[in-house]
Amino acid sequence: MNKRNEVLLQGNEACAMGALAAGMRFFAGYPITPSTEIAEYLSTELPKLNGTFIQMEDEISSMGAIIGASLAGVKSMTATSGPGFSLMQENIGFASMAEVPCVVVNVMRGGPSTGMPTRPSQGDVMQSRWGTHGDHPIIVLCPKSVLECYTLTIRAFNLAEKYRTPVIVLIDGIIGHMWENIEIPPPFEVIDRAKPTVPPEWYHPYEILSGGEITPLIPFGQGYRYHVTGMVHDRSGFPTLVHDEVEQCLKSITNKIKNNLHDIIDIEEYLLEDADICVVAYGSVARSAREAVNQAREEGMKAGMLRPITMWPFPRFHLENIAGRVKTFVVPEMNLGQVYGEVLKSCPNKAVRVTRIDGELVTPDQIFSKMQEVLS
Amino acid sequence: MMHTTEAIYKYLRPDKKFPHVWCPGCGIGIVMGALVRAIEKTDLTKDEIVLVSGIGCSGRMSTYLDFNTLHTTHGRALTFATGIKLANPKLRVITVMGDGDATAIGGNHLIHACRRNIDITSIIINNNIYGMTGGQYSPTTPMARKASTAQYGSIENPFDICKLVEACGASFIARGTTFHAKMLDAMMLRALNHKGFSVVEAMAQCPVQYGRRNKLGTPMEMMQWFKDNSVSYPAFNKIPPDEVGDQFPVGVLVNREDTEYTDRYREIVKKAGGDVP
Ligand SMILES: Cc1ncc(C[n+]2csc(CCOP(=O)(O)OP(=O)(O)O)c2C)c(N)n1
Ligand code: SF4
Repeated sequence: MNKRNEVLLQGNEACAMGALAAGMRFFAGYPITPSTEIAEYLSTELPKLNGTFIQMEDEISSMGAIIGASLAGVKSMTATSGPGFSLMQENIGFASMAEVPCVVVNVMRGGPSTGMPTRPSQGDVMQSRWGTHGDHPIIVLCPKSVLECYTLTIRAFNLAEKYRTPVIVLIDGIIGHMWENIEIPPPFEVIDRAKPTVPPEWYHPYEILSGGEITPLIPFGQGYRYHVTGMVHDRSGFPTLVHDEVEQCLKSITNKIKNNLHDIIDIEEYLLEDADICVVAYGSVARSAREAVNQAREEGMKAGMLRPITMWPFPRFHLENIAGRVKTFVVPEMNLGQVYGEVLKSCPNKAVRVTRIDGELVTPDQIFSKMQEVLS
Repeated sequence: MMHTTEAIYKYLRPDKKFPHVWCPGCGIGIVMGALVRAIEKTDLTKDEIVLVSGIGCSGRMSTYLDFNTLHTTHGRALTFATGIKLANPKLRVITVMGDGDATAIGGNHLIHACRRNIDITSIIINNNIYGMTGGQYSPTTPMARKASTAQYGSIENPFDICKLVEACGASFIARGTTFHAKMLDAMMLRALNHKGFSVVEAMAQCPVQYGRRNKLGTPMEMMQWFKDNSVSYPAFNKIPPDEVGDQFPVGVLVNREDTEYTDRYREIVKKAGGDVP
């Protein structure tokens, strides 16, 4: 191990560094606690790399600007927290519909509304999934450590470029503001968007290719003139209301994710082989959960943990698989049960929740007591 | 000058999504014609131009023109355009917005784009109404005029778009009408050649949603009204306030040099030690 690479970093900072390592060169944002350090860091670093930083007039414009930048060929990102994330939703839907790669970081704080700006929560799990209108899939990644703020942000860009879609990095305020000593991983695979191989006259930016391949998106200004719209469109990007084309357009944005679940979904399993109780936890709470599982093991309980690293698409099949082996799931969260509801959908009657909405972390003891309670 | 048929084949997308959605007699097509004729006079290639539109009848223009085109969300054209321009300053970015699009839902973005003086040409098509959604009043509907949501007449003071963007720092500002098509061509050409944030307000008739409800007559009569009531800027400023009535100024209101945003950003890159290409 190369000790020289070890640095003390904050989660937000690691996220910003990960973005730069992934090749992000355009950031637009509007200040909001607890995400602001990301913008501050990038305002210093991006110009050094010939990249662009702009502080926009609000989150709506920030989201619009990163979509524009991405269409001009530059990997782009914005970062915000709850209220700002709400403002971005219409344009996140646009990016999904128009298939424009970009990354949105949401460092969650307590809500609803202005809520608790300086206190963490995990209250935006469902907003990240269903915040926009209409039906479309979304990819959401949930780091549990400073290191993962770095690595998952890179992964977010890779997924965005590969699947031509917005990707959300959902960080809870505890992780965003946490400081840890981390070893910056050696450069790893960075995916850049593919270039079309056909001449401009043949290029249709929304072509459905055989074998599930995704049509490359060529930046504006390179001789492939095409139309991008948030309306339901045909393969060349123009609005359509022809039944077949409408269905094809909407299904294709869903299918490109649905058909690649194995590639997109990532989970962490801990001591699950022989477990008969499984804690499902994510973000900072996963750290408490791991503690609680260790404690339970010491007491002779067969406990394990499943952590969705990819929150959406939800690792439903993994859960169903484990459900065959365990008696029950315990779902601790800093909200009133958003992922708990999702676990129930996959495994009815098999889950209990541990909730906390006072702006404090769910403790290992809370989780451990719940495990004792359900096993007794 | 280029032949009309030639221009159609060069700039429109005839094989794609025609016939267009605009009502017979609508002024938006005239504005589109002026834009195309102005572009023809520049040395820009179609590949260098990105046309960004908002949502509304005017927003549909991006569908029909053969550039890199982007049909965004309602009111947000300038935000997408800002991202494009900053990411690749070599592109010539033009936005097309309706009056509601630009000054109601998008009002905040408009004032900040002016303030930054970013090199984008903004065409604001002012038909004094929300056309696409069926004739509701907009921030430019004149006092006492009727709209589907102002059945007793509007009671809101309207915006003067040119004065609004002047106060916010746009460095080129002009107003024309669909009656003065040639003048509109010339204004657009000057706007396209201007470095900085340029605004052309194009007054356009909406005979269907605005004209009919306010008994303004045929499209031709609406254009005649533009002709009868427009006064050039210097002359307009000499009219005593109590004699202004329906008259409104046309022409170039502002044309000044000011450092442009992407240029200022290049200076930041230099300061930070990045190597400016
Ligand atoms: C967020 C949002 N709110 C409302 C609408 C509905 N809407 C579509 S077009 C429009 C107004 C169009 O008026 P204007 O911008 O003046 O353009 P015109 O149609 O007159 O050219 C509205 C309110 C929308 N599409 N999105
Ligand atoms: S509603 Fe008005 S603005 Fe819209 S197309 Fe018809 S005439 Fe033109």
